[in-house]
Amino acid sequence: MKRFAIRMLWSIGLVLAVIFLNFSLIHLAPGDPATVIAGESGAGDPAVIEQIRADYGLDRSFVAQLASYVVRVAQGDLGDSFFFNQSVVSLIWARLWPTILLVATALIFAIVVGVLVGIFTARRPESRLSHSATILALAGYSMPVFWTGLMLVILFASVFKVLPISGMRDVQFDGGMLASWVDVGEHLILPAFTLGFLFLAQYSRLARASMLEVLQSDFVRTARSKGLSERVVVYKHALRNAVIPVVTVAGLQFGTMLSGAILVETVFNWPGLGRLAFDAVLRRDAPVLLGVLLVSTLLVIVVNLLTDVVYRLIDPRIRVGGAAT
Amino acid sequence: MFFRNKAAVAGLFLLLGVILMTFLGPYFYDEDPKDIVARPLKGPGTEDVPGLGTDYLGRDVLAGVVNGGLTSLRVAAIAAALIVMIGVTIGAVSGFYGGVIDNALMRFTEVFQVLPALLFAMVVVALFGPSPWKVSIAIGLVLWPQLARLTRAEFLRLKNMEFVKAAQAIGSSDLRIIMRVILPNALPPLIVATTLVMGGAILLEAGLAFLGLGDANEVSWGLMIGQNRTNFITSWWTVTFPGLAIFVTVLSFSLIGDGLQDAFNPKLRGR
Repeated sequence: MKRFAIRMLWSIGLVLAVIFLNFSLIHLAPGDPATVIAGESGAGDPAVIEQIRADYGLDRSFVAQLASYVVRVAQGDLGDSFFFNQSVVSLIWARLWPTILLVATALIFAIVVGVLVGIFTARRPESRLSHSATILALAGYSMPVFWTGLMLVILFASVFKVLPISGMRDVQFDGGMLASWVDVGEHLILPAFTLGFLFLAQYSRLARASMLEVLQSDFVRTARSKGLSERVVVYKHALRNAVIPVVTVAGLQFGTMLSGAILVETVFNWPGLGRLAFDAVLRRDAPVLLGVLLVSTLLVIVVNLLTDVVYRLIDPRIRVGGAAT
Repeated sequence: MFFRNKAAVAGLFLLLGVILMTFLGPYFYDEDPKDIVARPLKGPGTEDVPGLGTDYLGRDVLAGVVNGGLTSLRVAAIAAALIVMIGVTIGAVSGFYGGVIDNALMRFTEVFQVLPALLFAMVVVALFGPSPWKVSIAIGLVLWPQLARLTRAEFLRLKNMEFVKAAQAIGSSDLRIIMRVILPNALPPLIVATTLVMGGAILLEAGLAFLGLGDANEVSWGLMIGQNRTNFITSWWTVTFPGLAIFVTVLSFSLIGDGLQDAFNPKLRGR
């Protein structure tokens, strides 16, 4: 419990450090900070610049500005976007859930399929299917994720016209609640697969490596000598060992997934944070960009904390505090 | 041992092929990728159209592929150099000295580790401008923590070994011990990590170029894909070939890194 409290405290410190980084970026960027904040849309109008100067207190000392910035962030004010004409927070809030949906689905897909492939290749390491699986997985990691997405779009737009390739919902949709979920689900398939495919390689190899290690350990030998079928041995006993490192790594890679999500959302027109970041970059809309950076980093920190907790829960060796096998 | 791994050797050949194409290609196929050579969006095999078709402006796709590698490889190489310099230095100091210094440096590393890579690079480039140097620096700033952690782990492992104590006993300075005694022994996993980091840097550069944040004056594979995004469904060749180039390049690095890891660490080879 005490460990957890210390981790929480450090995480808060981390968040503060990121806020500080955010703030520094505005001031380190070339040009007047007011112009940076105004972005392309606001920078032309001198009245707007003056307003920004007053609001952000840009004439005061660095420390005073930093302090007021931290206070504003703590109160949930991340500034306003001049292009979208909305507060940054409301923009982010609207786009947050589609991104979480996308990333969560991709993660689950990558973990489940990755572990299954890993188990399969561990049990039959020399089979041709195994080699193909390894190569395919390696390919997934080496392909630029936006290219994979584009290739899939071409495939499903021209050849197999069975899945929607853009957006999160049908534009002319007017069904009920359940049909709405199905609609979103259909649109989710391709982007989630694209994003998950990227990580499939790693997870299957991790699962394979830990499976191989576990299958040679004492307790597995015991289970086998008890006469248990191979299937029971693998799925009931060894599976846990394969899953633990995968889940841990997956949690720690959440940040990378978010990065991938930016590209996938752009390709598939998925209305999430990634798309927002892309639109903001086009307009040099600094408040939105920095807001997205802050929120994403916060998400990563939270997921890291959660991964730590989950890892300790599912790995009984850690819980008991003793040595391994 | 590396050469026995067929995939790794394949990776080496692929990389050689990419490098040859990048540096010698433009001499053999000397079309300027920025020249408009034919009508736009004509596929490969159409008459009056060069090898792989034309893009949305009528430029030669093959020329783009042949010339685009230079930008990507250059940016990735500079970024990788930065990553190694920063990462190894911080990791070595952290691992060697331990204690408060280690703690402080690792906290500092963690700040950069939680920032989502592409997003942070996007912010840096959006605020500071998209010159190739700035892109390299942005990528470097984002990917160094992995190398730092790895170096630190290696140093922690090695610093209590006999040969280090021997060096200390004869009065070698800290710097000498770090650079001449420990570091050479820590190299194998670092080399593996560096090859993988190169692949990652190329992907990151491609992603930034795709989003329009690369250097717009130079041809690069990611930029080609990004620019042709509006018509790509009907003009598949405009995005397929540049993407294939990126894929092959990164794949070669991954295969080589894998082969090196196998060669350095026989224990990890599954039986």
